[in-house]
Amino acid sequence: MAPQSPVLVVVIPLIFAFLTFAFGWWRKDLCYPIALVAVSISFLASLHTIYTVITTGTIHYYLGNWEPPWGIEYVVDHLNAFVLVIVSFISLVVAISSKRTVEQELPEKVVYFYCIFLLQVTGFLGIVVTGDMFNLYVFLEIASLAGYALIAIGEDGAPFASFNYLIFGTIGACFYLLGVGYLYIVTGSLNMADLSQILPHLYHSKVVLVAFAFFLVGVSLKMALFPLHVWLPDAYTYAPSAVSSLLAPLMTKVGAYVMIRLMFTVFKPHFSIELIPATTILGWMAAGAILFGAVLALAQIDLKRMLAYILVSEVGYIALGVGLANRNGLTGAILHILNDSFMMLALFLVVGAIMYRSGNREIPQLRYLHRKMPFTMAVLVIAGLSVIGIPPTCGFFSKWYLILGAIDASCWVFVVVLLVSSLLNVVLFFRVIENVYLEPGEEHAGRGSELVIANEEAPLSLLVPILIAGAGIMLFGILSGKIISVVIQFAVPQYFVTL
Amino acid sequence: MLDFILSKYNYWIYIILMMIGFYAMIGKKNLVKKIIGINIFQTAIILFFISTAAKSGGTLPIIEHGQGHGAHAIEAASYVNPLPHVLMLTAIVVMVSTLGVALAIVIAIYRRYNSLEEDEILEKRKWPRNLLF
Repeated sequence: MAPQSPVLVVVIPLIFAFLTFAFGWWRKDLCYPIALVAVSISFLASLHTIYTVITTGTIHYYLGNWEPPWGIEYVVDHLNAFVLVIVSFISLVVAISSKRTVEQELPEKVVYFYCIFLLQVTGFLGIVVTGDMFNLYVFLEIASLAGYALIAIGEDGAPFASFNYLIFGTIGACFYLLGVGYLYIVTGSLNMADLSQILPHLYHSKVVLVAFAFFLVGVSLKMALFPLHVWLPDAYTYAPSAVSSLLAPLMTKVGAYVMIRLMFTVFKPHFSIELIPATTILGWMAAGAILFGAVLALAQIDLKRMLAYILVSEVGYIALGVGLANRNGLTGAILHILNDSFMMLALFLVVGAIMYRSGNREIPQLRYLHRKMPFTMAVLVIAGLSVIGIPPTCGFFSKWYLILGAIDASCWVFVVVLLVSSLLNVVLFFRVIENVYLEPGEEHAGRGSELVIANEEAPLSLLVPILIAGAGIMLFGILSGKIISVVIQFAVPQYFVTL
Repeated sequence: MLDFILSKYNYWIYIILMMIGFYAMIGKKNLVKKIIGINIFQTAIILFFISTAAKSGGTLPIIEHGQGHGAHAIEAASYVNPLPHVLMLTAIVVMVSTLGVALAIVIAIYRRYNSLEEDEILEKRKWPRNLLF
């Protein structure tokens, strides 16, 4: 019997989403534990999945026992399984952390929040696990629709930001759907493995080219790749804290996964690299994203908005790794999916904690926070160092592979871009750290008296996830060699390994 | 040339509809007009998929008299392709949900700003403007 874990990963949060809603009518306080149970089961199932994949190889799961070209198939290989574990683990951490911030920010909407939260997680996990083009579209829309709803319940300005996101997201999804349609016309198939068998004979057809263009633009919109990122900063700034700490690490990474899957599995690398210069164009767009995101982040006063622009720049790193199209570049890109998820998780959770305690997140207002919230601020520093790329943290290693990839491809411009962006990130984070840690001197302190600052550390349900994220950043940095040798080297498409 | 346009007229209509919808989504300032644009855009995609399924002289993809007895009748050429129809049923569900979410968000916006015009909302919004967009 085939292992059931790939389907459980998706089905459990879906069923529990409706259970949450049903129990919510009865008792509001049950929603949090139910959501927690759902995401935990999902995480355990994904651990079982990655264990099975590592020990026995790719899993094929036929839904309803319909054979692949006709039925929907879930295919889990090393790349899927890797992203699957990241998504389910981060969902679990965010679910734990959401308790207090949701109670504070959305007291009326706890039930609906957890219901949509689980649907959102279902969407992400479904996108990652499926091996069917149209099924992917449906999950993409589940994730996006849940995302629009979650963002719209945020603070002032959130509904309008969410509406803009909806317009862009719908264009992206519709383009993806059109791409599926064009491929279906010429191949008569929707199964990814089947398509990759049929397509090579049709690579010179204009229809396939149009489909590829639609896919690339659609997915770029979903993953907020520069210059299609315009919806992101507003949406993630005004969303509730718990929502931005779920969406910011995952939505863009899942989009990046879809892009890798489309470019190198559905279409063969031969097509994406040699027949049309897709990867080259992607590389240059990514370089633009890295610089543009970092420069605009400099201009922000709002800490959360600054992080949103850093996210635009981080998406650029992943796209650059894909665009370099060699073994080191792709290793860097896939490793960065993991690293950036944890960096963004840590940073957005820290902002959530600051918001929870002080209700203010403007960078000049962060003074004395190192005395009020010492642990939270320590994690902020670790995550900042990781975004910059200082060795023991994980951010260094993915950047290292990206730079190696750029050197292998002899794209010296990209090497320069990567180094310059590190410098820009130094400026960005030292501005924040300076505001947090350096106190005004005696003459500015006023009245010369010792300021008494109470310890206002974040509540435990918020602090533990923050510490987990911080520990993750250090741990994945130290273990990055192990992660690459066990999972990522198999996740890189075969074409690049033999190159 | 005219022949080429006329013989594929459904695809031309699909492209024209899609562009109208796309223009409304990007160009119009009124939020409800944007939503109507989304719907025109998505309807155009439905037309496209259904067009790909059509065959001249094709009939309903139902095998008469049920299982086993219909074995003689399975000639793919004489049936309309049912798969795009099924895909579009799912897509219609997605589109209706998108419409629902969009309308709900527009109601929330209207309650806050008392307006549905994009530029009026941008003027009224209280949140601080940044140094650069």
